[in-house]
Amino acid sequence: MTYELSHLRALEAEAVHIFREVAAGFERPVLLFSGGKDSVVMLHVAAKAFWPAPLPFPVLHVDTGHNLAEVIEFRDRAVQRLGVRLEVARVQDDIDSGRVAEDTGPRASRNRLQTTTLLRAISEGRYDAVFGGARRDEEKARAKERVFSFRDEFGQWDPKNQRPELWNLYNGAHRRGEHIRVFPLSNWTELDIWQYIAEEAVELPSLYFAHRRPVFERDGMLLAVSPFVTVLEGEEVFEATVRFRTIGDATCTGCVESAASDVDAVVAEVAASRLTERGATRADDRISEAGMEDRKREGYF
Amino acid sequence: MSELLRLATAGSVDDGKSTLIGRLLYDSKAIFSDQLEAVERTSRERGDEYTDLALLTDGLRAEREQGITIDVAYRYFATPRRKFIIADTPGHIQYTRNMVTGASTADVALILLDARQGVLEQSRRHAFIASLLGIPHMVVCVNKMDLVGWSRQTFEEIRDQFRSFAMKLEVHDLSFVPVSALHGDNVVARSGSMPWFDGPPLLHHLENVHIASDRDLVNARFPVQYVIRPQQLGRGAGTGDRRPGPGGDPADYRGYAGTVAGGVIKAGDEVVVLPSGFTSHVAEVRAPGGAVLEEAFASQAVTIRLTDELDISRGDMICRPNNRPVLSADIDAMVCWFSDRSSLRPGARYLVRHTTRSVTATVETLDYRLDVNTLHRDDTAGGLELNEIGRVKLRAQSPLMFDPYRRNRATGSLILVDPATNNTVAAGMILGAEQPRVAPNVTWHPTAVQRSERRSAGLTVWFTGLSGSGKSTVAVEVERLLVASGRTAYLLDGDNLRHGLNADLGFGPADRAENVRRVGEVAKLFADAGSVAVVSLVSPYRADRNRVRTSHEAAGLRFVEVFVDTPLEICEARDPKGLYARARAGQIAGFTGVDDPYEPPDTPDLTLRPGHGGPSAMAQLVIARLGL
Ligand SMILES: Nc1nc2c(ncn2[C@@H]2O[C@H](COP(=O)(O)OP(=O)(O)O)[C@@H](O)[C@H]2O)c(=O)[nH]1
Repeated sequence: MTYELSHLRALEAEAVHIFREVAAGFERPVLLFSGGKDSVVMLHVAAKAFWPAPLPFPVLHVDTGHNLAEVIEFRDRAVQRLGVRLEVARVQDDIDSGRVAEDTGPRASRNRLQTTTLLRAISEGRYDAVFGGARRDEEKARAKERVFSFRDEFGQWDPKNQRPELWNLYNGAHRRGEHIRVFPLSNWTELDIWQYIAEEAVELPSLYFAHRRPVFERDGMLLAVSPFVTVLEGEEVFEATVRFRTIGDATCTGCVESAASDVDAVVAEVAASRLTERGATRADDRISEAGMEDRKREGYF
Repeated sequence: MSELLRLATAGSVDDGKSTLIGRLLYDSKAIFSDQLEAVERTSRERGDEYTDLALLTDGLRAEREQGITIDVAYRYFATPRRKFIIADTPGHIQYTRNMVTGASTADVALILLDARQGVLEQSRRHAFIASLLGIPHMVVCVNKMDLVGWSRQTFEEIRDQFRSFAMKLEVHDLSFVPVSALHGDNVVARSGSMPWFDGPPLLHHLENVHIASDRDLVNARFPVQYVIRPQQLGRGAGTGDRRPGPGGDPADYRGYAGTVAGGVIKAGDEVVVLPSGFTSHVAEVRAPGGAVLEEAFASQAVTIRLTDELDISRGDMICRPNNRPVLSADIDAMVCWFSDRSSLRPGARYLVRHTTRSVTATVETLDYRLDVNTLHRDDTAGGLELNEIGRVKLRAQSPLMFDPYRRNRATGSLILVDPATNNTVAAGMILGAEQPRVAPNVTWHPTAVQRSERRSAGLTVWFTGLSGSGKSTVAVEVERLLVASGRTAYLLDGDNLRHGLNADLGFGPADRAENVRRVGEVAKLFADAGSVAVVSLVSPYRADRNRVRTSHEAAGLRFVEVFVDTPLEICEARDPKGLYARARAGQIAGFTGVDDPYEPPDTPDLTLRPGHGGPSAMAQLVIARLGL
């Protein structure tokens, strides 16, 4: 017996510790679940942390309404299997009630609108801890964010005034109306996520694996043809073998050409990849260098 | 299997820290091409000669230029052997708080200095903070060697200067690498410009530094974090399937979830629950998800069930009846103050977060404030301001169960939260009883005899080396020569001690560490009594040996480390006990030199090589080195 943990087990242990801290210390936690691979892994680890008890908190999906059908199917199956309660907060409701105005035009995306819907859901649900699947390797602004990230009563993040975070002693103290965003996968990289999915045989939406579908090119990315995007003049639709590296709003999440049709092939591809996943497939992050930091301050995921 | 290593970096502005980290990420291929393109573009636009790798990690610089709060940034890279998490912290004194934060979980401290400037005040501060935060390994990179003509002499002067300062600190494992971050020398690949340096390049060192035995694997500590009771419907439960409890009626299930903070816990262990003091036995240990584990060790998150139904809740501590942490409401700690809006004052009340407990505590006294540059203690200080470090006595409203931080970082650390703002205002490292097994009410009893009154001054000669290297033969001869010359000397042979004192220990890293600790303590007693303790022990891990050295030095006793440097092939050819043959045949696992590492001393007091002659010639060399 050498008493050594593999890096995946060490990352899992850290995440499990965080889930249990929150379950013990907060009144009303909730876990953000989109069906994307990071949130799937997060839910998987959460379920393991409380075994054999059911998850002691519900999951929340902020639904842009612009989903590929596979994702919603997958989401419903996953929560059914784990026996957890699913809450859905719809961007459409905020549009209908006039709280937000939808962009128009062929390039319109509902991505930014999600912030309003998320904050509304948090306040309506009186959630005091909100688990998110963000990782620090994704992006510069996230590299500095704490595991327990304090949000004021307006849901805002103040990157200049974060609480020091030492050892595994997390400070979740907050007043009524404030909440803590909790990121159990902070120290995971994209490759760690995939290696873990392979090792644990975690089920994912089929979109993550190579399949044929009609796509077209925009801004150097491949977008899937769907009811939510308008193919513009000069954009040519063709069929390709692709997979998604992230799953978000269908209007701005691209896919990559790939023949990786199972987990092992994806792990090999990710290990060899020379492009960050956001750089490759997220139009929303390309908007500006500081794109993410601005959005995070406002209360985005 | 790939292991996780946490690294904290510190360097002063312009020492080349960003360049070095950029170089590590770049040369280990952790940089994605879109990131690299962005950096190349910027470099070109600025008219740089080289692609400025510092731009890869320039988050902190940008903050500095914009006058924003400088923070810890985390970066990741991996090699096939290890995954690395870098906590990148700025080095200036006003960022002490950030370095403390980044250092709190680090396995290795990487301290950078500029070869042209040598050891500066800030280098000393970085070393001090690393030692205060108990980082087990320290690597000093002497950077910009290209600008000093790759001078061996410059490097060695800096190394010796740094080392003599580090002697005063608790640094168990200290290494030095001369590098040029800009050109990549000795970062990932060996430098062609410094052939005189025979150590490994930085990355090789980081990949191989032995961290598994840094954790406390001896003293079992399990702070209960959360009680799992499936029969109480979870708040999140929906209408889906309910999974049955494991075996028997789920209504009886009560699992204690938590992260092992020290030692090893297995089914059948007799345990005591603190503070109640009830005893029971471990019924089972399970991993997250329910897989049954034979045993769980420090840093694993598990769920434990006990054979008896006890009233246990979050904040309780499960440990072994004969090996308990200190249970006390009076806490002696070093703290680093983090707040710029308030200061630490005697009489103030804070919330203490320690393991899984939260209690209110009052600062009783501030014993002194420590100058982090000079280590001077100011006992007239009335408070601590932002970035200041001092020693305090806390009185908690209910007792905590803790170990000294230097023995266990998990049960020896705490944070203070200001109840008025909810902010984390301080980090604390608990001091306290030096010996883990001392019951709380056992104190050191001073004797009436001064060391100077004894007939002769004792010391310890410590022979380390592979099995079959000839340690014991030389040691026997040294003992004989000493006694013949009228000294009192006593041979402590590792193999012999395993028949009695250490009969309960095996050969895993934790047991080896404990073996070395015990022999070190016994040697200290002999030396204190005025004898020469002659120790012959494989003692393969550098950190374990260095701990013995430190504890001798702390007691004012001389410690002479003799490295018997006989090549493995020779030891194996000799194989006096037939052990190598058995290890090669797979009958012994974890045999030093075969499938467990031997870490040679960095700076032994004496090295004995086969060329030095036979055992008696070697023994003469040792006697000469002792100069008695
Ligand atoms: N000649 C030389 N210059 C270096 C070396 N390492 C860094 N530099 C330069 O020193 C300056 C400061 O480096 P940087 O990495 O930004 O320092 P930081 O403030 O510690 O992060 C930059 O101009 C680097 O190009 C080195 O090994 N040799």
